[in-house]
Amino acid sequence: MALDRPTVAHIAYLARIKLSEDELDHLAQELSHIITWVEQLGEVDTADVAPMTSAVELSLPWRRDEVTDGGYADKITANAPAAERGFYTVPKVVE
Amino acid sequence: MTALTALTIAEARERLAKGDFSAQELAEAHIAAMEAARALNAMITETPERALTMAAESDARRKAGETGAMEGIPLAVKDLFCTEGVLTTAGSHILDGFHPPYESTVSAKLWRAGAVMLGKANMDEFAMGSSNMTSYYGGVENPWRRRGDNRPLVPGGSSGGSAAVVAARAAPGAIGTDTGGSIRQPASFCGIVGMKPSYGRCSRWGIVAFASSLDQAGPLARSVRDAAIMLGAMAGHDPRDSTSVPRAVPDYEAALTGDIRGLRIGIPKEYVIDGMPAEIEALWRRGAGWLEAAGAQCVEVSLPHTKYALPAYYVIGPAEASSNLARYDGVRYGLREEGKTLTEMYENTRAAGFGAEVKRRVLIGTYVLSAGYYDAYYLKAQKVRALIARDFAEAFEKVDAMLTPTAPNDAFPMGERLDDPIKMYLNDVFTVPANLTGLPGISVPAGLSENGLPLGLQILGKAFDEETVLRVAEVLERAAGFRALPPFVAGKA
Repeated sequence: MALDRPTVAHIAYLARIKLSEDELDHLAQELSHIITWVEQLGEVDTADVAPMTSAVELSLPWRRDEVTDGGYADKITANAPAAERGFYTVPKVVE
Repeated sequence: MTALTALTIAEARERLAKGDFSAQELAEAHIAAMEAARALNAMITETPERALTMAAESDARRKAGETGAMEGIPLAVKDLFCTEGVLTTAGSHILDGFHPPYESTVSAKLWRAGAVMLGKANMDEFAMGSSNMTSYYGGVENPWRRRGDNRPLVPGGSSGGSAAVVAARAAPGAIGTDTGGSIRQPASFCGIVGMKPSYGRCSRWGIVAFASSLDQAGPLARSVRDAAIMLGAMAGHDPRDSTSVPRAVPDYEAALTGDIRGLRIGIPKEYVIDGMPAEIEALWRRGAGWLEAAGAQCVEVSLPHTKYALPAYYVIGPAEASSNLARYDGVRYGLREEGKTLTEMYENTRAAGFGAEVKRRVLIGTYVLSAGYYDAYYLKAQKVRALIARDFAEAFEKVDAMLTPTAPNDAFPMGERLDDPIKMYLNDVFTVPANLTGLPGISVPAGLSENGLPLGLQILGKAFDEETVLRVAEVLERAAGFRALPPFVAGKA
């Protein structure tokens, strides 16, 4: 299926990536090409096939619901572009 | 200097034990080699001071009689592994300045086994690529050149820096990650050994995630024995990775018995693909002959869904990537590009921070997971993945391992194949199935192409049967007798 410009603009918004007009044109073409290529999967009969979600047959381990780590906000926020007193800071979202 | 940097890990281990030289001397030789190899751009960050400190500590441990399996061995680390206090970039602009406050499990295990960190190796951005050309830090040059052609070649990818630095004799081993062939394909391009263990064999904790159901860490080295030694130190259950498997780690080196008599080796007939150079098919046949001469029996097997592995991979990989890479938003680490609103800040940060290939995959992933398309693409790909796994399960009822080419071509010039993403994706046609199915695979250098470039052969095995994979690989390695050196060897120029 061909992806048109509005579709690419929409998925770019969902992915929170700003694209220029030029990029939109270019990507609409490129992504269409890739999507058309993966559509050959449609040739495969997958009725009655369960989707494979993991490469190992492993039931997720359980553990007690308790805090096992933490208590060092300063260490965690040390890499943040902007942080104050153990909190991340972002542009104002509420007036 | 060349003497110490020419040693394999097994040889260095023996001579360190004999006291022929110290871990510090070995580290110094490799630090100098790494500097001499800078033209390759194989390293993003060199950590010579840390290497010398770790080597001194290793010498002290040896004096005290406490030696680990990797005692004193210098290693390069793909820049996808978080290393405490050392810049970790994943080859991306968006992780600018990120100094992890923790160490990945796999690298921590290697350091506990006595290994010494030389630095962080260059790679395709977020491990997305087969040429190392998508790195924000620039491409890596393969130490090999075509005969009579001086154009720089790619080392393969995504673990291109790891492969180049080992091939150039600037590190005896390196760790990489393999999501679709990112260890095995560069190993093939650079004439070294590279192994992707079974999914769940090594912990993924502390590795920057690309596609969580496909990613697996593994060793790159100059011999199968070295890969076995490294894997033994890297593998094992980790409660911090719920997909790491609680199984005992076997003695991989002990598996290298040299005896493959009676083993059945599958030759998948669908791996003869259109447009594959005749020399690769010929090498593959030669490889089968070597294994037969060693007493194994090669039998044809069928993997009917082979042609759908790549398209399934290019739905599942991007889908998982789009989800994993959602965390890069300019808030917690790395780059931030300001915006008037929070959303604008996210959009600007991700526009500036991600390169073209990463954007392409995040957008594809977002599309195939979006409302209305999920069933048609993502669910469909997961079902095809199940059929591919079934193909392998059925084939492995008849054989103990499989032999295939590692890649459909040898190394190509830097800058080629960048215009057509699908052409680039085809590099991974023989390696992707092992990621989709979680099976172990290894690439062993088996010969030179007509261009004079290395070509690898791949051994695939049953889940968690790395021992058979390594045993067959070592026999293949011995029969191939690959001794060629790249034109560029660090410190020899």
